[in-house]
Amino acid sequence: MNWRRALVIARTDLKQLRVSRDFWIPMLIMAGLFFVIVPTILLFTITRLANVEIIQKVGETLDVLPKAVQASVRGDTPAARASYAMAVYLFAPLAVVVPLTISSAVAANAIVGEREKGTGEFLAHSPADEREIYLGKLIASIIPGYLTTLVGFAIYALVVNIIVGPSVGGWFFPTGDWWLLMFWVVPPFIALALSFVVRVSSRVKSAAAAQQASGLITLPLILLAAGQSSGALFGAHAAGWLLGILAWIGAGIGLARGRHAVNRERLLGVDPNA
Amino acid sequence: MTETPIVELQGVARAFGRVVAISDLSMTVPRGTVTVLLGPNGAGKTTAVRLVTGALRPQKGTIRVFGEDPLEHGESVRSRCGVVAAKPALYDRLTGRDNLKYAAELYGASNPNAIGEAAERFGITGALDLRVGGYSTGMKSRLALARAILHDPELLLLDEPTAGLDPEAARAVLKLIDWMAETGKTIVMCTHLLLEAEGIADQVVIMDRGASLVAGSPKELSERYWPPTVVLDAENRELLFDKIEKSEGIVSFEKNGHALVELDSLARVPDLVAALTKARVRLTRVEPVVPNLEELYFAVQKKGNR
Repeated sequence: MNWRRALVIARTDLKQLRVSRDFWIPMLIMAGLFFVIVPTILLFTITRLANVEIIQKVGETLDVLPKAVQASVRGDTPAARASYAMAVYLFAPLAVVVPLTISSAVAANAIVGEREKGTGEFLAHSPADEREIYLGKLIASIIPGYLTTLVGFAIYALVVNIIVGPSVGGWFFPTGDWWLLMFWVVPPFIALALSFVVRVSSRVKSAAAAQQASGLITLPLILLAAGQSSGALFGAHAAGWLLGILAWIGAGIGLARGRHAVNRERLLGVDPNA
Repeated sequence: MTETPIVELQGVARAFGRVVAISDLSMTVPRGTVTVLLGPNGAGKTTAVRLVTGALRPQKGTIRVFGEDPLEHGESVRSRCGVVAAKPALYDRLTGRDNLKYAAELYGASNPNAIGEAAERFGITGALDLRVGGYSTGMKSRLALARAILHDPELLLLDEPTAGLDPEAARAVLKLIDWMAETGKTIVMCTHLLLEAEGIADQVVIMDRGASLVAGSPKELSERYWPPTVVLDAENRELLFDKIEKSEGIVSFEKNGHALVELDSLARVPDLVAALTKARVRLTRVEPVVPNLEELYFAVQKKGNR
């Protein structure tokens, strides 16, 4: 296994994405929408405009949360508490939705894209080992999604601290659970999803089919991950660690099995079972 | 001691489902030679190239490249091969330089000036920083060739390297192949264009329906498959035709302005000339017919189908 070659493959794929505006502009818009625009509008509505209806609805939601969570919600006024809860708990699924969507879109093209462009022939004849190609493709798929999420997360932190911070006694975000979510829970979920999507990409006949199929695969995973991430934040701190461990185990198995999906015959568009 | 051939295929077969791409391919490529795989579309030439690098797995037979099994020692074999596929297989969104850099890094090209030198050699230096998507077909072919030699491979596999090129660009590519052959590279080139192989090939492997019909140098193939034929002409042509019919060793002859004579052996020519001269035929032309590759190809096909 030559790591340098895997990184060369990843870097070249990333370079192609970087010069493909038609790919990254929609992705940036999506990340901006989820991490900046929607939270800003909602939090601004609660804190500055004191929209009673929204505050009441968020307040009702808070009532059904575990006592420990309710106790950790900061703020003296209903508006402050509602905005704090929204910033810390209700937007948690974003941290999963954005990277999974972006990374899946990249991974769906990983193998079938090479085949459609005819460049699979070049890779198939190259000295790169199949594991190196697989790893390179995974790295190139993970980085855009995860990087966008980290940048979005940083901007989100800034936004919520600026908007909500003054009403809850200063800068409060990210909380410990968010760090856990971002660096322990989200990465294995991305890896797990990509192990499926790369497998799909190596088997389908066209990039369009890969996108469709990867959507079918990742949607339930996104819902599961989103639900679990919220749960991790709502529950005890230990739940987050446990969830992360389970996700890492699942990702490990998925990645190991996915490695066999990438082979030279598939890069050439030849059915290896024929 | 005989030198290990660069490529050796023995009884190789490969099918895709019910479609048999290679049914029985055997060939040997000696070091420093140009071998042309000649055959119609669908003969299995591309599959043969893919089998040589280990990109495809044979279902039957053995393959040795540099004396190694490309399936077991893929990295070692492939890093010593340069491949130009039938389609250039370039990354259109990247620049020419990026494409070359990618290949140089994947193949571990040791020469730091390899990119500049290859671009210079193939006349694409000025276009290196442009996106490949904007290149002409000829430029793409040149870039693909430059990419294939970056790491100074010992074996070059060229699959229809002039496909889709205009005659001028195709000629330039063939000249470049000539240059590579002169530098001692072993070259395996697939083509269905008979004229393209003319003058380049040290060895021709004629393929049809996934099998090697015959292999050898153009001279060997001529000797084996081309009937000994001479063109004879004389001032007194009618007498020539009359005497030829009665001469020994004549298999057939055609009157075609001159006499096109098929003999049982070219060794008969001196005796035939002497006999004709003695019979007062005033010969003006005695010329053995050397077949071009196209004629040879059809001669092999004809014998193969008998």
